[in-house]
Amino acid sequence: MLRNVWVIPLIPAVSFVLILFFGKRLPRKGSEIGIAAVGIAFALSLVAGVQWIDHVNDAESAAGGGESASGAVLSAAAEEHDEADQGPPREGEGQEDHGVAGEGQGGGAGAGEGEGGPAEEGGHGVEPVVTGVTWFEIGDKPFEVGTFVDGLSVMMLFVVTLVSLLVHVYSTDYVHGDRRYTHFFAFLSLFTAAMLFLVVSRSTVQFITAWELVGLCSFALIGHWWEEKPNSDAALKAFLTNRVGDIGLLVGMIVLFFAAGSTFDIPTINTLANEGQISHLVLLVASCSLLGAVMSKSGQFILHTWLPDAMAGPTPVSALIHAATMVVAGIYMVARFYGVFWNGLLIGDSNINLLAVVGAVTVLGGAGLAFVQNDIKKVLAYSTVSQLGYMAMALGVGAWTAALFHLFTHAFFKACLFLGAGSVSHAVHSFDMKADMGGMRRFMPRTYLTFMVATGALIGIFPLAGFWSKDEILAGAGQLGGGGDGYVLMLVAGVLGALMTAAYMTRCVYLTFFGEPRGAAAQHTPHESGPRIVVPLCILAGLAVVAGFVNLPDTGAFSGIPESLALRFEHYVEPVAPYFPEISHPEFDIGIALVSTLVAALGISLAYAYWFRGAFHGGTERSRALRAGYRVLENRYYFDHLYTGIVAGGIKGPVAKAVYWFNQNVIDGIVNGVGIGARRSADWVYANIDQRIVDGAVNGSGAGAEGSGQLLRRMQTGKVQQYGAMLFGGTVVLAGIIVFAF
Amino acid sequence: MLLNQFLLLAAVLFCIGVYGVLARRNGVMVLMSIELILNAVNINLVAFGAYRDAIAGQVFALFVIAIAAAEVGVGLAIVLLLYRNRASIDLDTVDSMKG
Repeated sequence: MLRNVWVIPLIPAVSFVLILFFGKRLPRKGSEIGIAAVGIAFALSLVAGVQWIDHVNDAESAAGGGESASGAVLSAAAEEHDEADQGPPREGEGQEDHGVAGEGQGGGAGAGEGEGGPAEEGGHGVEPVVTGVTWFEIGDKPFEVGTFVDGLSVMMLFVVTLVSLLVHVYSTDYVHGDRRYTHFFAFLSLFTAAMLFLVVSRSTVQFITAWELVGLCSFALIGHWWEEKPNSDAALKAFLTNRVGDIGLLVGMIVLFFAAGSTFDIPTINTLANEGQISHLVLLVASCSLLGAVMSKSGQFILHTWLPDAMAGPTPVSALIHAATMVVAGIYMVARFYGVFWNGLLIGDSNINLLAVVGAVTVLGGAGLAFVQNDIKKVLAYSTVSQLGYMAMALGVGAWTAALFHLFTHAFFKACLFLGAGSVSHAVHSFDMKADMGGMRRFMPRTYLTFMVATGALIGIFPLAGFWSKDEILAGAGQLGGGGDGYVLMLVAGVLGALMTAAYMTRCVYLTFFGEPRGAAAQHTPHESGPRIVVPLCILAGLAVVAGFVNLPDTGAFSGIPESLALRFEHYVEPVAPYFPEISHPEFDIGIALVSTLVAALGISLAYAYWFRGAFHGGTERSRALRAGYRVLENRYYFDHLYTGIVAGGIKGPVAKAVYWFNQNVIDGIVNGVGIGARRSADWVYANIDQRIVDGAVNGSGAGAEGSGQLLRRMQTGKVQQYGAMLFGGTVVLAGIIVFAF
Repeated sequence: MLLNQFLLLAAVLFCIGVYGVLARRNGVMVLMSIELILNAVNINLVAFGAYRDAIAGQVFALFVIAIAAAEVGVGLAIVLLLYRNRASIDLDTVDSMKG
């Protein structure tokens, strides 16, 4: 399977075509094809995951030789493998989660080094599974396309297919009866195919293609209900904002192409970057360009503005594309090209760098904006922005595994939150928390329960998924970096972000599920959604509970955890190979864990006091500073004003005028000058060459022919006797010549 | 043998024939002049044949007479058609091939 992983994206791609052509004639309007295709893709991803785990174990046993430690690792891994094997057939959430746990940890062999184990063992690495066919050749240089599978790809395959499958099932109910139901499923299939294609890309060309394809699907699905102007505007905004970043992507990829000696091959590029064969300056330029693409695709400040607007699309789309999968493409890109970023931004040696700063700003900026939104999906959208900031920050401080682990857990609990929000809005036909919700926990107990679990995971309550991943990020920010000082600013931002996350989620939960029903919720009694909505919610909530256990720390307070259970995610996902930099890992820090938990509790209690108890109300009326702050947040830091008013306005005004002047005077001058010159020379050519020489020759030959004809026609009198006389005269002349000359 | 006299006679006849062919406007007269030319040739052939005591000259003369008869037959037919079409056999008026 690992060598034939190209089949996995192909299945949804075929499904897209089938749905488009035959969907409308089928009894369930094409949704059955989509679900079947994604289901098969999910099953194949599980197979790929199991095989990857085997692959890692084989590589270790080959490298470890007779050392006892490696034997322990091997048996541990075998256990995991068994779990993974048994997972899929069972339908229960908990059991499936175990399967997930085993599966999700495809990855590098580094964990063998754990605690005083044979660290050298990691040095041998686990070869990724690379396949390729030659696409075209220029000269004798072949350009290959193919698949590049390592733990990261396998983990992404699993996340994408699982969330996509659940969203497919959810959508059959949620968009039931929609006028473009079939197209909706066709595009979900295409999106899934594109995203899977992205994660197994081997060459940068494939990567860019898939990157643009997921952008296209995002555009099409945001604008699913394009008849309403705001929706099509939001789709355009998403598309255009992404184009800005895509320029960075193209520039970065081209720089890397030339820097790595004209190759599109991703492992080669990373290997060369790691071995120091590409100069630091080039890598810096490449990583800064690529960072633009990360900012647009993964909603980092300052190109995050499209993501909240993208909530105009149907809720399942928001869950799948704008929370769990597509928006993490930027994070995935950094993780995939980590050799470039690591060496370009000197992540291992510095205490502050661009990627980490962008991430930290996004954590705080996104969390701040989530406070003032009344639309439940926009709260979640800004929350997504903020969490993506955590991931970018983690990558920026060098905590690669923590970032990917957070991506993994975030996909589940954020998809669960979005789908829960969709379930609520399905019942009240509105997204406005303040106007149309409140008290929903009485009407929708299951949605409420799953939403609360996912909220807990997002806030980082102790045993839930978000606790482990967020804590790892904070530990990384505190311990990694040059000189052992850690990325202090990032640590502070992360902790503050945790406080704000707790507070805005408490507000969101309060407005939605507590208090008295308002508006639509009060007018007609809402009821719980059907099983096709609730079951995916339950599965995701279950994952939100247990996903964190796949990467239990084995240091600090958790040093008692047996090695076979600890750091499974890191063990299988993190590559240990020449194409991946040698990163160090943070240790579990009980202090940071306690602080972040306390801070989250503080956030919850502050928000609880404000909304549930009504403390501190009227602050914005009394304090000018608070009022100003509220207004800034309400206007989203004026970013939209900046873009439409200042940037776009600036271009429309003076810049446009200057361009117009340039156009009128310089370009038109050149064009007109060229035109006039051409006309003059053409006139001269016409008068002299064409009229005189060419026409002269033509007319002259005609006139000559006519003149000679006139001369000769006199002889043609038609009189027989004249002809006879000439004949006779000629004979006489000939006779004279013959007689006298010879 | 008096060859000179025969040759002189033939030359005179030939000249009269050439003049007739080139100068006469009547078609029948032109045909008759052609007969004069041919007969001048015949006199030459017979005279040289007798002079060199060879029979070939007389045989050629017989051939020429036969061909002259055929030529006059064709020529008179043309002149006849000309007269039927134009009520005239004046050769100066026959110039429809004028360029």
